[in-house]
Amino acid sequence: MKVGQARTPKLTRGRERVYMQGYAENDTIAAISTPLGEGGIGIVRISGPRALEIASRLFRDPSGKRHRTLKPWGLRYGIVVDPETGEEIDEALASAMPAPHSFTREDVVEFSCHGGIGPLSRVLDAVLKCGARLAQPGEFTRRAFLSGRIDLAQAEAVIEIVRARTDSARRLALANLRGGLSAAVVSIRDDVVALLAELEAAVDFPEDDVGEPDHAAITRQARETASRLRGLAARARCGRVYRDGVTVAIVGRPNVGKSSLLNALLGRSRAIVTDVPGTTRDAVEDWTNMRGVPVRLVDTAGLRETDDPVERLGVERTRERLDEADLAIVVIDGSEPLSDGDVAVLRRASGKGGAVALNKSDLPPKVSESDVVPHAAGMPVVRVSAKAGAGIGSLEGTIARLAVGRVAGVSEGMVMATARQQEALERAAAALDEAARGVDGGAPLDLAAIDIREALFWLDQITGRSASDEVLDKIFSEFCIGK
Amino acid sequence: MGGHDADIIVVGGGHAGCEAALACARMGASVLLLTLGWDTVAAMPCNPSIGGPGKAQLVREIDALGGEMARNIDATYLQMRLLNTGKGPAVRSLRAQADKAAYGARMREVLRRERNLAVEVAHVVGVEVGADGSARGVVTRERGPVRAAAVIIATGTYLGGTIHVGDRSWSSGPQGQPAAEELGHALAKLGLRLARFKTGTSPRVRKDSVDVSKMQEQRGEVLPFGFSFETGGTRPDQELCWLTYTTPRTHEIIRANLGRAPLYTGAITGRGPRYCPSIETKVVQFPARERHQVFLEPETRNGDVMYLGGLSTSLPADVQEEMVHSVPGLEDAEIVRPGYAIEYDCLVPTELLPSLETKKVPGLFAAGQINGTSGYEEAASQGLIAGINAVLKIRGKEPFVLERSEAYIGVLIDDLVTKGTCEPYRMMTSRAEYRLTLRQDNADLRLTEKGHGLGLVPEERYERFLARRRLVRDEIERLTGTVVPGDAETARMLAAIGTAPLQAETSLGDLLARPEVTYEKLAAIDPGRPVLPQDVVQVVEIELKYAGYIRKQRGQIERARRLESRLLPLHVDYWSIAGLSREAREKLSDIRPRSIGQAARISGVSPADIMALLAYVESGRHRGEDSELGV
Ligand SMILES: Nc1nc2c(ncn2[C@@H]2O[C@H](COP(=O)(O)OP(=O)(O)OP(=O)(O)O)[C@@H](O)[C@H]2O)c(=O)[nH]1
Ligand SMILES: [Mg+2]
Repeated sequence: MKVGQARTPKLTRGRERVYMQGYAENDTIAAISTPLGEGGIGIVRISGPRALEIASRLFRDPSGKRHRTLKPWGLRYGIVVDPETGEEIDEALASAMPAPHSFTREDVVEFSCHGGIGPLSRVLDAVLKCGARLAQPGEFTRRAFLSGRIDLAQAEAVIEIVRARTDSARRLALANLRGGLSAAVVSIRDDVVALLAELEAAVDFPEDDVGEPDHAAITRQARETASRLRGLAARARCGRVYRDGVTVAIVGRPNVGKSSLLNALLGRSRAIVTDVPGTTRDAVEDWTNMRGVPVRLVDTAGLRETDDPVERLGVERTRERLDEADLAIVVIDGSEPLSDGDVAVLRRASGKGGAVALNKSDLPPKVSESDVVPHAAGMPVVRVSAKAGAGIGSLEGTIARLAVGRVAGVSEGMVMATARQQEALERAAAALDEAARGVDGGAPLDLAAIDIREALFWLDQITGRSASDEVLDKIFSEFCIGK
Repeated sequence: MGGHDADIIVVGGGHAGCEAALACARMGASVLLLTLGWDTVAAMPCNPSIGGPGKAQLVREIDALGGEMARNIDATYLQMRLLNTGKGPAVRSLRAQADKAAYGARMREVLRRERNLAVEVAHVVGVEVGADGSARGVVTRERGPVRAAAVIIATGTYLGGTIHVGDRSWSSGPQGQPAAEELGHALAKLGLRLARFKTGTSPRVRKDSVDVSKMQEQRGEVLPFGFSFETGGTRPDQELCWLTYTTPRTHEIIRANLGRAPLYTGAITGRGPRYCPSIETKVVQFPARERHQVFLEPETRNGDVMYLGGLSTSLPADVQEEMVHSVPGLEDAEIVRPGYAIEYDCLVPTELLPSLETKKVPGLFAAGQINGTSGYEEAASQGLIAGINAVLKIRGKEPFVLERSEAYIGVLIDDLVTKGTCEPYRMMTSRAEYRLTLRQDNADLRLTEKGHGLGLVPEERYERFLARRRLVRDEIERLTGTVVPGDAETARMLAAIGTAPLQAETSLGDLLARPEVTYEKLAAIDPGRPVLPQDVVQVVEIELKYAGYIRKQRGQIERARRLESRLLPLHVDYWSIAGLSREAREKLSDIRPRSIGQAARISGVSPADIMALLAYVESGRHRGEDSELGV
């Protein structure tokens, strides 16, 4: 991967966009990467395009007189000085790792100092004075993820711990959703542990009075648990909207203000706007964020019956875009009476679902909500002005709400899950079905246990526990063992 | 021997000490085995039984690696049974009642005959440590310092042993010999942490005083194999065991006397095993149960004494008397020796490396109950491994470590050194996540090659092993390669053995995978099959019948191996790695896992911590390579 790409990752997926919010990725960041006050060696880490330059400005040879230039892969001993006063701060070892071979795939310099809060934070201060920005919690990891250095699961895990300690605001915002998943999984997992304990007690203590497990009961329990997991997976799919986002096609007759609306929703001029109908020929798209839901907006060519072959092609493409999208925004020019063309677009979009934007509300209205509703097939109608910015927030709220409800097919009991967690839920359910199938087909108990353990393995990928000891605890608390 | 009295000193002559000393000697090292008494070598102070789920597999593995326990029990059993036959291929387990007198006597004979091995009765009071901090020998009360290049401590429950019977308690080892007080202090002084555990035994009664007509008979079985791959089947003339039950009256007596039970008065502080609770614990914890099993097990052939399995207790002797008499068939039983609880010190097993060498004192190894385990089989397994590694150590070779996916022995030692244990550790099949591949029938296929490589398996035995392995492989190949047609003729034969007709031609191997088909039944449509020994048929049948599950398990092993192969440097400063929880930092600093896989098994280390470690290992790779100063 080239360095330039590492710094400005291509935005192709909604979830990356979520991670990106609020962070410019091309500046140079620094932080103490050892817990403060732990003594021993402490590390100040600098990452970004200016890392080498900043480090070289602060770093002197052991006599404290000459600047030391850091070379890639070099490990050098020297003294860190205050860039303004030249005062010596601490002796340190500096190591430089050039892009793309570092953890973040950016240029990275680390000063290993003596540790302790005093010297470490003074070294950090010096680095910040030279123009680095204090890293946000988890930001090194986020950069590593964004540069493709580590995968999402790894990044999430690290970020979540770092956040849990320091970024409580964000954590609280997500606590509801996250807690929902792990609480649900933990309770299902307890049932799986109990099921396994019953098998294992019979297998490990054949001479004790623990009783033979009931094969029919085992298959029933395994199947029930599998279906609960599938239900959870469905609810989690819903939460995933927040990570993976939705695609929304903006459709309507020519000149009703689709491109203007796209620009208004994006907050910048992305598509060309003119008063000539048929301006947009090729779809224009970009990502935005509506109430935390990543939304890919697609502005399309206006829909109308036409003989112009070029325009017809554009219309055809718009239809494809609409089919691919999760939702539609049907734009209607409210300053003109409702036309057959508008009704045709509404009819076409009604299968998809979405919202109706009654645009140009800054002009005298010629269309009322009640004119639209009969043709809108339940789509909510929102009055907006793309030009004046009125009603844009309300439209965003409507789309976000629809996105969460629609993509997953449910809107109640939503839980947040990553793609990885989603997969774990589905694999756990499959393993339990496998166990039930096995027992039904006459497989011995110790083999059924393999599948049940597999289910636990996948659930543990979500809960972060390890099951082996718990199964034993369960055996000893439930069964009287001991010859 | 360069000023050494022996290459290796083994302290303790229990099951761990015996295997350790034999392994060292068989690998060609000179060994001095120090024991408190000659008669108590290879003794069985608790249940006179060997094997059972998880434990049988250990014994088979010891045998496959060239150890002695399996052959010793095969020569001295009173009764042998195969447990769990209906519960699946992974958990079928042999269990034997031992003639404890004959067992010890035979083992002593084996020790006596071993060249390179000397046994000496001595009381070890300390460990000699050289200027470099590594073990150089021991100090005995009888003759002062005794020198060796490595020392294996296998002192069982003798360290700081205290016996409790009711309100009486005294310092003692399990066999009436004095407890080893000084040695415990000496180990503590070396910086090794100790924990206090407790275990119990049941009363023994005179056989003549028991009325077995009120009990259920438990017979042994005539089986085509024993514990060792080298011995044949079991004999028909086996001793009987008997099963009876406690009564509500028994429970009343126990409840009325809890005030005199050291477990409940606070006199015993050590942690006891949950899988082997005393009868008083069972009565208190499961008040709803109306009866508990009591097994009468003979201790010797034609002997006078029976062990009351299930009645482990440390109640006062007079209460034990009353309690025993309340059990049907034991109304007039004469107690020869009351049950007792023994508290003892053991090493915190996380002090050990996977080689069973202590982390703090190079050259000092520990094996057996002193490492916090219980059970003869667990002890013997560790003895074997400690013996092997002591020899490898003095020869400057890499340690011998079995993976969890290779052997129950690997599971046992990995659990101990990675997780530690908060109660005496006993092996169970559920501790082995890959138990379908760790069966008793394939222990030699898994390990005998390694045992031979170590010099523990003699050539003629190795030849027999190779022959057996060839038979197994050839037969599997033959069955998977032999195709039967899907014609009417075949359908008729299949119907005769109770299975559905074929849609298309199918291999015999695939037919065997059908639940209702067995190797034996398949004979009808497999006229050309060779005549094979039972033990070969058994492996072949399991491997083919459960091929799908075995494949699944292999996948799981592969998945785990990816983490096992990510090695962690020995001297990581876990406090400097970003993203680890405090608990993970503490545990990782203490245990110093070899790999990310091992780190993941430490309790208190979460997947999130593992991700942080992975990130560290990834980024550290570059730093490590280029660090001229070793930072
Ligand atoms: N007054 C007013 N004019 C608007 C509003 N929205 C768009 N317009 C004007 O309507 C005209 C068409 O706007 P566009 O955004 O290009 O319309 P479009 O639907 O993309 O048109 P095509 O791409 O040609 O189909 C432009 O002159 C805009 O300035 C609005 O909210 N109020
Ligand atoms: Mg346009």
